[in-house]
Amino acid sequence: MSRPLESDRELIRTDVRAWLAQQEAKELLRFITCGSVDDGKSTLIGRLLYESKQIFDDQLDALQSDSKRHGTQGEKIDFALLVDGLSAEREQGITIDVAYRFFSSEKRKFIVADTPGHEQYTRNMVTGASTADLAVLLVDARKGVLTQTRRHSYLAKLVGIRRFVLAVNKMDLVDYDPAAFQSIIADYRGFAAQIGADEWVAIPVSGLNGDNIMARSEAMPWYDGPTLLEHLDTVPLDVAADAEKPLRMPVQWVNRPNQNFRGFAGQIASGTMGPGAEVRILPSGKVTRIARIVVGSDAEADEAVAGESVTITLADEVDCSRGDVIAAAADPPEAADQFEATIVWMADEELLPGRGYWLKLGTQSVTAMIQQPKYEINVNTLEHLAAPTLGLNAIGVAEIATDREIVFEPYAVEGSSANKALGGFILIDKSTNATVACGMLHFALRRALNVHRQHLDVGRETHAALKGQKPAVLWFTGLSGAGKSTIANLVEKKLAARGRHTFLLDGDNIRHGLNRDLGFTEADRIENIRRVGEIARLMADAGLIVLTAFISPFRAERHMVRRMIPEGEFFEIFVDTPLAEAEKRDVKGLYAKARAGELKNFTGIDSPYEPPEDAELRIDTTELSADEAADAIVEKLLTRR
Amino acid sequence: MRALTHLDRLEAESIHVLRETVAEADRPVMLYSIGKDSAVMLHLARKAFFPSPLPFPLLHVDTTWKFQAMYALRDKVAADPTIDLMVYKNPEAERQGINPFDHGSRHTDMWKTEGLKQALDKFGFDAAFGGARRDEEKSRAKERVFSFRDRNHRWDPKRQRPELWSLYNVRKNKGESIRVFPLSNWTELDVWQYILKEKIEIVPLYFAAERPTVERDGLILMVDDDRFSLDGETPVMRKVRFRTLGCYPLSGAVESEAATVEAIVAEMLLTKTSERQGRAIDRDAGGASMEKKKQEGYF
Repeated sequence: MSRPLESDRELIRTDVRAWLAQQEAKELLRFITCGSVDDGKSTLIGRLLYESKQIFDDQLDALQSDSKRHGTQGEKIDFALLVDGLSAEREQGITIDVAYRFFSSEKRKFIVADTPGHEQYTRNMVTGASTADLAVLLVDARKGVLTQTRRHSYLAKLVGIRRFVLAVNKMDLVDYDPAAFQSIIADYRGFAAQIGADEWVAIPVSGLNGDNIMARSEAMPWYDGPTLLEHLDTVPLDVAADAEKPLRMPVQWVNRPNQNFRGFAGQIASGTMGPGAEVRILPSGKVTRIARIVVGSDAEADEAVAGESVTITLADEVDCSRGDVIAAAADPPEAADQFEATIVWMADEELLPGRGYWLKLGTQSVTAMIQQPKYEINVNTLEHLAAPTLGLNAIGVAEIATDREIVFEPYAVEGSSANKALGGFILIDKSTNATVACGMLHFALRRALNVHRQHLDVGRETHAALKGQKPAVLWFTGLSGAGKSTIANLVEKKLAARGRHTFLLDGDNIRHGLNRDLGFTEADRIENIRRVGEIARLMADAGLIVLTAFISPFRAERHMVRRMIPEGEFFEIFVDTPLAEAEKRDVKGLYAKARAGELKNFTGIDSPYEPPEDAELRIDTTELSADEAADAIVEKLLTRR
Repeated sequence: MRALTHLDRLEAESIHVLRETVAEADRPVMLYSIGKDSAVMLHLARKAFFPSPLPFPLLHVDTTWKFQAMYALRDKVAADPTIDLMVYKNPEAERQGINPFDHGSRHTDMWKTEGLKQALDKFGFDAAFGGARRDEEKSRAKERVFSFRDRNHRWDPKRQRPELWSLYNVRKNKGESIRVFPLSNWTELDVWQYILKEKIEIVPLYFAAERPTVERDGLILMVDDDRFSLDGETPVMRKVRFRTLGCYPLSGAVESEAATVEAIVAEMLLTKTSERQGRAIDRDAGGASMEKKKQEGYF
């Protein structure tokens, strides 16, 4: 809770309603503060809160006692302790995670995201920057523009911040020397131009002493620009511009309490809407009109604008569900399934090109595969470097393919919120569910549109009909030594005996030929499975019943193959043998080698096996003999509908 | 064209968060603590899903030591046919008769922290809405809107998921859960302004009235029922109100004349102490006490 400015106290005493009305009319500015370690970020924010009377007496008491215990400012109050909230931060005197602070001036309300300086906490900085309108970059007057200053400027610009304040802090430690200030400005100017940050101002301040924070500094008569707070109060806001753009509303949730009401709920990313407005539902392209705007009660609205969360009904019964986008009929966004994008990698485990990740953009969730990066960006020099993958905190440009079309807009810094809502995405690891990256779409790749599939006169139906069978892919998965090849062999024999046309793709055999260029790293294993999946698909198109016997340890890749094969033709068969049992059998002597450390990345030993959650069939080899298992599989295949 | 106010924006953001959770979680629940923040959160949820009934139940993790006036409002909310309100009490705390007079911090641990974990596990809730705000306390200021918890309900402040734009990752593995804070970016003043604007019903204890009280350790406590063990004290009638509500023996009152929302706002703005000052929970272990409690699974 914040306390009012001194000037407001009289009005609160006499007419609190009038004061509240004033508050409601205030604008909102969200900004981040970032800088290098020891630039005095937390101190500056503490000072802003203190000077704008946001600190209560009990908090000040606690601060005074904390300052004595943990403080770094001797007898002075250590304002940094106000904002470093986690115990590890207080112990180490650093900021680890982004902290949100609230204060207000006479004109505006502010939400400040105080973001960490360490490179290892880049993801936290990006979290704070993604919702900010402006960035305050702190620079120590003694040290000048550092690597971190450049890094933060670049990252802030990357996620869409247009306006910057270069707060040259600790001016008291350079005797308030204008030359020191001017040389830092000259230094930053070149870099700012390089990254296209053209709206920036520099302000000389001292967070510790409060110079040019709220009050003008008497120690720096040579500076005639605004104080930090004056600037924050007057810098232009972009919110009105969002409403001027064409309508975009990602559908979040379909509201269907009964047969008589079918509403579409979402937050308007840009534009305005009103009853009667013509809209297009994407990706289907159906056109209809808005019937009503429901605003959370029986009241209805005549108009809704960018930023509002609404529920609307449509004039026609059109298909529309979560993930669709309701857009201005005359000016809709595009849909595509291949893109170029900038990616900020935020996980310890590096990017695996070719693996399927969840991609969430707006309210759409799809599976996406990232190609090997075109290049990684050295944030300090802006050089493009060749990179096989992206590790923690790396930023690169890569091509992305999604498993179905998504509605999008290019993410552009100069654009509106719609560009953020439909151009910014996160990537989620399918097994840990961690958010591993964020990204910004540049444009759709036309290649997918230009390489049309060749139409073939003899199609897959004809191939299957000639063989008198329905094609299928029997995908055996399980630990090494589980019995996959043995059982697959028996199944193939039984099918052949019944006159079925089959083909068995065996892991070891494929690795001797087609895939002999691949090793056993995670990335190679993914590529191994992708190739086998493609071959299985071609063979199924040729009308065959394909059997594959591969460990295929990762759910994500099995899922990828499942999606390549037509519905109802893919059978995931989990050959379930406990590790101890498989290791005991150790037909090829591989477990012994792996245990001895001679084989790396061996599934079950030092590489995980992710058992299927939705296999069509699970074979428990401790209960069924190989022959019984084969019978069960043949039965399952031949009785399918 | 209409320009959105600060409150309009907060409302829209909260509704977005509520809907996103319902769209992606398997079994969401709203933690309902009967306080003013819960009242605001419930109001936002009704708006978000109107005209549908709430697509999730409310859960009150009861300690049996709330104010009578709180139970009265809770029962009134529960009487609404479009709302499914569940009450959970930790049976072990009930059996041992855990109370704030004899058991100190164990009272909060067992009734609230353990009770909450038990209830979430028992009913398999995978996303739980809470009314916490970032302006309340220092470790809250660092928490995400969607706060991931492991199988043991632990919060790991060093491994928070990045949270970009308004894209929330609601995915998790079996047994893991997410605490969702739709009011993250609201301040205490915003909450009061919204209560005033939307005419939201809150517990009368927020308004000043003559109440029987005793003074202990610098806190004014209300003698709400005859379980209050008086230590030779005689309750005194004082005109008081409460800035936050919890278990009555742990909630400090302030002397006040404010009997309307406007008067509360005026009084609050002119005061010199923060809202959590009347809460015993924050005083346990120095600055880090809330962080520690949250790591253990406290909301």
